Amino acid sequence: MSAQVEDHGLLRFLTCGSVDDGKSTLIGRLLFDTKTILADTLSAIAKTSEKRGLGAVDLSLLTDGLQAEREQGITIDVAYRYFSTGTRKYIIADAPGHEQYTRNMVTAASTANLAIILIDARKGVLTQTRRHSKLAALVGIPHLIVAINKMDLVDYSQETYERIKGEYLEFAAKVGIEDIRFIPLSALNGDMIVDRGDSLNWYDGPTLLEMLEAAPAAHTEHTEKFRFPVQYVCRPQDSANPDLHDYRGFMGRVEAGSLKVGDAVTVLPNGLTSTVKAIQIGGVDIPEAVTEQSVTILLADEIDTSRGDMIVKSSEVPAAVKQIEATVCWMAEQPMDRARTYLIRHTTRDSKAKLAAIDHRLDVNTLEKVPAEKLAMNDIAQVTFKLAQPLFADPYLENRGTGAFIIIDESNNNTVGAGMIL
Amino acid sequence: MTQTTQRATLSHLDWLEAEAIHIMREVAGQCSNPVLLFSGGKDSICMLRIAEKAFRPGKFPFPLMHIDTGHNYQEVVAFRDKRAAELGERLIVRSVEDSMARGTVVLKHEGESRNKHQSVTLLEAIEEFGFDACIGGARRDEEKARAKERIFSFRDEFGQWDPKNQRPELWSLYNARSHKGENIRAFPISNWTEMDVWQYIEREGLELPSIYFAHTRPVVMRQGAIVPVNVPLVSGELTNLPKAGEEIIDLQVRFRTVGDISCTAPVESDADNVEKIVLETATTTITERGATRLDDQTSEASMEQRKKEGYF
Repeated sequence: MSAQVEDHGLLRFLTCGSVDDGKSTLIGRLLFDTKTILADTLSAIAKTSEKRGLGAVDLSLLTDGLQAEREQGITIDVAYRYFSTGTRKYIIADAPGHEQYTRNMVTAASTANLAIILIDARKGVLTQTRRHSKLAALVGIPHLIVAINKMDLVDYSQETYERIKGEYLEFAAKVGIEDIRFIPLSALNGDMIVDRGDSLNWYDGPTLLEMLEAAPAAHTEHTEKFRFPVQYVCRPQDSANPDLHDYRGFMGRVEAGSLKVGDAVTVLPNGLTSTVKAIQIGGVDIPEAVTEQSVTILLADEIDTSRGDMIVKSSEVPAAVKQIEATVCWMAEQPMDRARTYLIRHTTRDSKAKLAAIDHRLDVNTLEKVPAEKLAMNDIAQVTFKLAQPLFADPYLENRGTGAFIIIDESNNNTVGAGMIL
Repeated sequence: MTQTTQRATLSHLDWLEAEAIHIMREVAGQCSNPVLLFSGGKDSICMLRIAEKAFRPGKFPFPLMHIDTGHNYQEVVAFRDKRAAELGERLIVRSVEDSMARGTVVLKHEGESRNKHQSVTLLEAIEEFGFDACIGGARRDEEKARAKERIFSFRDEFGQWDPKNQRPELWSLYNARSHKGENIRAFPISNWTEMDVWQYIEREGLELPSIYFAHTRPVVMRQGAIVPVNVPLVSGELTNLPKAGEEIIDLQVRFRTVGDISCTAPVESDADNVEKIVLETATTTITERGATRLDDQTSEASMEQRKKEGYF
């Protein structure tokens, strides 16, 4: 069956909202209606629903978390869920909604190409809605679906739906989010998720699943410049096989753009140029490498190259920067210490970094820029770093792969922050 | 959505494969002494194909290792050795029975499943060889404690997984740094489902141990599960003997997951090739672990508990 059906690739999306918005029910509904939930899981949640005295099977229990979370009655971490429609595979990043979990939402958003923002139809656009939308925009998610849920609790009122849509659009214009779609839902009853149901007949747009099926998968949208950070160098030097004696393969994943055999390339940081002799996967030649493909590149000339270097097309060389301005989300309990040196990991390259300035902090609730002296956990700020080593960077909004970095505290090796280059 | 120029996108299997290759190369690039866990099961067989695509024509930058409970199917153990030999890669086998002989694994009773005790032997092997990273074939769709697992999961020197204190993991920027004694577990096929695994096996034409395909074997029905009985060990000795009064029937079955004999149960099936298994997987009504892992049914949190104790 896999062979005959057209494959529309893979879409990663993020759901934002709290349990109160019906997020868990929505995810449960998507999994249930796409027949992802199998009988034993269903019978387990049916048992739990009964134990808790619920009348019907509570689909939100499908996303019930860890023991530690159940004890505290909260979600503390991003969970990943999977379903498939036969033509497309989906990965849902399920992020907790509370303010103190900004870092989790940024984490979940970092790999998503689409976000579903949930609004409770009874409550309309809330502070939380604005925060989630702003974060989605900051992390560069190109497509938003605003799902106005719990329509069953407002008598499926079109007027309510239109009012909330108007409110949201007014706010969205200020944030600069462009591609927004709206949909009325009842996750509880399954209206407009996979099936249309009978209660929202005034809505003639696509169902939620139809929107997801039609959304562009990642990396299909811009013509991007070719960027290939070298992860590993393959030098077999197999004495039994003289053919491999001079083999020197540069292994990595295409972060952006594409490359063909014969293309002129430059290797950074040394700036030496060559042409592409071969592109391989597992030692087998392929004619072209495209975005997100993991390949091995062989060059016509012998150039000393190692992990942390970057291969680019000679016509599209990025800037080497020793100072970066970036939007940073701080993720550690210990605040950022201006006196300390941190490690920045960008593509496969590491550099020591010092904070040069905090331009401002962003209040994620009011969206105001406020002055700041320090960065605490969940803070988002615009900062400047000075770097010990140059990075080959593109603006994040042009290219996520070469615009993103993480900040590591070398004393305990923890990842303490995430950054997006401006 | 807005009109955009659609360029060639990778098929879902190509995308998953490319991600897995990238993860393996990150382990090789960031860690000084990694190891790949290979049991002869279907997930780890996919991992070997990914390693070939990641590193050929070179050798793998890590050895293979199996933590053998001593209760593995003959067919799987034979397949494990054959596959490692075909690839020309080094295979390390460390045995739970050796840990029992050393006294570091103590069974509650002779019949207790040795599955969870693999953690002890694994940690002993990590210390013996000084491994700083173990690459495993765990998938997030297997179990809810796995749904929150990182792709690069940090473990302290006791191998413990602390769900409240995991490193944030963003984009595909992985942090595999560790101090001496600590280690990283890396899961290249985290984002794969059981279906993806079977589709990949089909596409790549991967060979599997025969017990993954429909075959007839003696079983008994125990608490609703099909339990294989009189299973010969590598030594020839029979294990999983039927209890008094149990009726032995010959049933056509296949294994969806393969592990310690004491805790993996087969499903009834007539799927005798990969194509049929893909079809059966598409229409099955029971989850992989629900159908086949007797150890996960003990309590709602048993996987979470095992992981905290150093399990994969």
